[in-house]
Order: sequence, then C-alpha cells, then structure tokens
Amino acid sequence: MFWTSYFLAVLAIALAWPVPILLSRAQWPARSPFTAMLLWQAIALAGGLSMIGAMLVYGLEPVGDNLVSGLRALAGMVFNNAPTTDLGFWHIFALSAAALLTAHLVFTLLLTYYKIQRQRRRHRELLDLLASPSSDGPGTMVLNVDSPVAYCLPGGARSVTVLSDGLMAALEPAELRAVLIHENAHLSQRHHLLLWAFAAWRQALPWLPTTRLAQESVNSLIEMLADDVALKTESKATLIKAIAIVASGSPATPAARLAFGEPGPSDVDPSQPGATGGTGSAGTTASRVSRLLSPRPPLSEPLRAVVLACCVLLLAVPTALLLVPGLLG
Amino acid sequence: MASLGELERAVMDLLWAGQEAATANTLRDLLAQSTQPQDGTVGHVGKDLAVTTVLTVLSRLERKGLVERERGTRPHRYQAVSSRADHTAELMHEVLGSAPDREAVLARFIGSVTDNEAETLRKLLGRS
Repeated sequence: MFWTSYFLAVLAIALAWPVPILLSRAQWPARSPFTAMLLWQAIALAGGLSMIGAMLVYGLEPVGDNLVSGLRALAGMVFNNAPTTDLGFWHIFALSAAALLTAHLVFTLLLTYYKIQRQRRRHRELLDLLASPSSDGPGTMVLNVDSPVAYCLPGGARSVTVLSDGLMAALEPAELRAVLIHENAHLSQRHHLLLWAFAAWRQALPWLPTTRLAQESVNSLIEMLADDVALKTESKATLIKAIAIVASGSPATPAARLAFGEPGPSDVDPSQPGATGGTGSAGTTASRVSRLLSPRPPLSEPLRAVVLACCVLLLAVPTALLLVPGLLG
Repeated sequence: MASLGELERAVMDLLWAGQEAATANTLRDLLAQSTQPQDGTVGHVGKDLAVTTVLTVLSRLERKGLVERERGTRPHRYQAVSSRADHTAELMHEVLGSAPDREAVLARFIGSVTDNEAETLRKLLGRS
C-alpha cells in the first residue's frame, strides 16, 4: 500500500511538470499530430488518476490492505459510525483532499460545459438573425463583416460554419473550399470535445504548468489535424495562401501592393484580426505555416507504436495499481 | 406557414429598420405587406398571420433579450434592444476577442496572430 501511494505520487508529479514541458518542446508532434493528441489525453487522464489515487491510497493505508477493502472500511466509518481511531490526522487530510479534488474536477468540467453551451446558444441565436445562409450548404452561414473571418460553432446537428463577406471577397474559390474543409474537419472530428475537456482542466488547476501547456498544444494540434484534412483535396499552395490572407487580416489591397514588391510596414488596422494581440494561440499560425512550407515525414510506424504503448501504459499502470490488489485479494 | 425562426428574423428586420417602437398589430400589417409584391425569400413570411403569432414571436425575442416592451402603454409597443450593427459587433467581439474560454466555444480558422507573424505571412503572400 505505501509503495503504491509513493509510486503514484511520483507519477503524478512527473506528469504535472517535467513530462508536459518536454512534450510541449518536442518537434515530433507536428509530424504526427494525432498520435501527439492521444499522448496529451493520456497524460491528462493519468495525471488526474495518479494524483487522486496517491492521496486515496495513502489515506486508506491503516484500514485496508488494498483500495477496495480500504474503501469498504471507510464506507463503514462514514455510514455506520464505525470508530475512526485507526486514521491519523494526515490520513484524514489526504482522504479529504482526494474527495475535494475529485469533486472540484467533476464540478469544473460540468460548469465549463454549461458555460460553453450557454455562450454557443446565444451566439447561435444571434447568427440566426444576423447571418444569411450560404450557397455552400445548410451548415454554412455568411455574416456581413468586412474583415476576413472564418470559424465554426459546434452544436451537434445544428453545428455551423460561419464565413464573413470580407473572407468571401478576399479568397479564390479553391481557397474558400480549403477553409470550409478545414472548419468542417473540426466539426466532424469532434475537436470541441477535446477543447472543452482541456479548457475545463486548465480552469480547475490553473496553477499547474501542465494544464496550460496541454491546452496550448491541443489548440495547435487540432489546427494541424484540420489542415491535414484540407490537404487531401486542396493543394498546399492554396491552403498556405488562404492562411496567409486571413492571417494578414486585410483583404486584397496589401496583397496587391506586395505583388509590386513594396513590403508596407505594419499598417494593420487595429480592428483587424491580424493585429489582435496574441493570447494563447499566438505562434500556432507560424508553426502551421512552417509545417506546410517545409513538411517533414510523419513518425515512423515503430515510433508511433512506442508512443501508443506509452499512452496505454500511462492509463493501465495507475489503474492496475489501484484496482488489481483488491480484485485479487 | 413560415417557421418561428423565419418569423423572428422577419420581425427583427422590421424592428431594426423602423425608427420607433411598434405594436404587434403594426408589425403584423407590415409583415402582411411584405408578402404582396416580391416572390423572393422574405415574401412568404407574413401571409394570413394572426396577431397572437406575432405576440408569440415577440415574447420569444423578449426572452432572448433582443426585444423590449414599453411599460405602461396598451397595446404594448416593442422595440429592438440594440441595433443590428451592435449585435454584429457583439458576435465579432466573441469571435476575435481574447476571452479565456473563447477557444472552447468556437474554432477560428486563424487564431490570434502576432504582428511579426502577420508581416512574415504578408511577405509570403507577395512572393506566391
């Protein structure tokens, strides 16, 4: 029991600090974003599991040989008023902390879900009144805004991709298709569920380096995944051009001027998206473009298998340590 | 018969276009008028519309915080809470703004870009 809690605590600390820092600095996630995404999920889940598990196992140590018998004894104390004299102060402290952390994580997850849903519903209501349906299909709407903007608003069957008039004017048909495919990839691959989970995790434990690093990495990985889907039907040059036009934030004119070789210095209107100060996702666009400009081969099959095995072990080892002794005993 | 969604849209368009508050009766008449000439998109909305339907639509819009009712007058007069442009600005603020959970609410094609990045990308654009 003691060694189990010790091991879980070490695992929790490793997953909370050094591991995410190493992963966020690694170069290979851009080569195999999907594999990297699985690893981030495994790190997050295993981190939470080992954090709570370590405290639980430590706290239950005096009353049970394993988690199952310990929990049974604890239930006896809570519900049948059995004597708690076996538990010292630190044991009770650890148990309370485990219970609080679990409740905090679940509560934050639900609260974040509720907040996100409310914002999306409000946004959707306004879109229904302000945007007009597009000829590109039922899930696409056009908003009368001059700056080039494209985004998708998830919502099950009512998911919608929104394009601005400015975007439609600035992009060629092929570039527009690339943007649409990119946004639809977000929707069909359910990226919003990942964003929700990692946003909630960061909200719950904002002081933990791993939550911020994980959210930033996941944000940029989903963009790469969606880019990869767009590349299946549209050319690389088309996608890069679409990204560049939308990111530089100004339709047509600067591009035309640049074509004459005049690199107009930062004359970006502050209301344009190109000028909005970077928070969180800054750097994502640059890494997306450099990934498209100088592509590197995906991770080799054996390396991917190693990463996947790490994911499985990360989840299986804490689970097994917590449950197996009780099930065997 | 038009759906409630289409009616909400048509009513908001009228309220945004009109200068002053309107009663449900006025709105119903305006909606009926808009059916006469065109065969276009909004055309079929107001035909044979009951005032109670308009009131239902108005109370839905009121619940959504888009329409307000003048107190104390009868029949009630309704007006838009904010202009069309204000609501568009509200949407764009949510899309472009830096609210912490914006990234979880909606996914933008391009996130925030630093000035340096924008500059590099524009050079790239000139080259291609």
